[in-house]
Amino acid sequence: MSRRTEGAPASWEVFLRPRRGLNHQHVGSVRAADADTALLRARDLYTRRGDPLSLWVVRSDAVHAASPDERDPFFAGAHHKPYRYPEHFPPLTEKGADGDHLD
Amino acid sequence: MSARPTGTTPASQDELLAHFDGLIAAGETVEPRDWMPDGYRRMMIRQVAQHAHSEIIGMQPEGAWLTRAPSLYRKSVLIAKVQDEAGHGMYLYSAAETLGVDRAALLDALHQGQQRASATFNHPALTWADTGAIAWLTDGAAVINQAPLCRTSYGPYARAMRRVCQEEAFHVRQGYDLMRTLCEGTPEQKAMAQDAVDRWWLPAVALMFGPPDTEAGGADARAAALGAAVSRRAMAWGIKRHTNDELRQRFVDSCVPQAERLGLVLPDPAIRWNEERGHHDFTPVDWDLYRAALGEDTHWSRQRLAHRRAAHEDGAWVREASAAYAARFGADGPPPPPAPDPETASKAGAGPAAVEDVRGGAGERA
Repeated sequence: MSRRTEGAPASWEVFLRPRRGLNHQHVGSVRAADADTALLRARDLYTRRGDPLSLWVVRSDAVHAASPDERDPFFAGAHHKPYRYPEHFPPLTEKGADGDHLD
Repeated sequence: MSARPTGTTPASQDELLAHFDGLIAAGETVEPRDWMPDGYRRMMIRQVAQHAHSEIIGMQPEGAWLTRAPSLYRKSVLIAKVQDEAGHGMYLYSAAETLGVDRAALLDALHQGQQRASATFNHPALTWADTGAIAWLTDGAAVINQAPLCRTSYGPYARAMRRVCQEEAFHVRQGYDLMRTLCEGTPEQKAMAQDAVDRWWLPAVALMFGPPDTEAGGADARAAALGAAVSRRAMAWGIKRHTNDELRQRFVDSCVPQAERLGLVLPDPAIRWNEERGHHDFTPVDWDLYRAALGEDTHWSRQRLAHRRAAHEDGAWVREASAAYAARFGADGPPPPPAPDPETASKAGAGPAAVEDVRGGAGERA
């Protein structure tokens, strides 16, 4: 049985478009030696109910990830750029701090 | 997705722990690439693996009746149910792998007896009615356990639980429907239903919720403290939301009126409504009762494991053939004719053409 561990098939991330109008969403992962088998396993596992429209499988080791981290400047966010948000500006129907904005 | 350490500047252990504690306190989920205490990771791997093992071992008692279902309709329902259990195991192995373990290693640990499945299923399904009693009682218990787990602190586990819970509702209802049909049938059929409930009540009430962890659950102070220490740790980390005994009480309260409607008797003479507590009293699950229900190293615990091992070994040729196919053609399958060298094909296939193909096939473009 230990030989199985060595030869464990590749991991694939599964993305499902559950219905029209939605993006593909990550739903989990399957193990399979090749893409066709991965699709079959993903179908059996993640589409037993509902009316799913489409399925993607992507090798897990092909996913390049970046995660927010408290010390990681990768995601600067926009906290110091409040002008990126509509709330930064007065609404069109009210008087703002600097007077009328009924333009 | 494997859990790789993030490649950021090293933070002090205290800072990392403070950040982790902050997430838990805020009711946020912990995600695979987040730093987490070793103890949290270990407890999570242990729980998710045990849960996954229980799902696939749990297929066996009902699976044994697939070929003997009394009608094509009941057979179709049971196949769907047992297939779901396999699926639940796969959701959970997938979640466990995000913690940095390999599912093949987890299966090895199960097969070699280093990790266990729930002892609930170390009991035989002697009659057709057992399939109904298992679904009504043990799946009913699972729903009560798993509903709070949909908000457990580890993100992938919580998401797997949400999928599982959606499917469990069908399991419980079909089991109850099966029992009701038997109870409305001949006296022999009703007796069969009662007999099955007599056998599955204790495994459900004692084993599906874990050992006693409060004195209210009937354990003596020392034993309760033992169970409570584990529960407290799991609750502090947001892994569990309720004590075992609290969920056990909830289960008993839900089953009593259901059994009454079926006209079946739950095999516990101590069950009665307690006005003062607003709950049903029942025979406390103390450690003696718990150990008695465990059935460790019994014929049926060995049987379940032997069957699981045999199924795994019987499937070896499929895994080997699949691996050989992939080794020959690469992960993308055989190339279209005329066949180029598989080495270059796999490299070329990963280029823009393949991406376009995925999009076209998935209907992203008109």
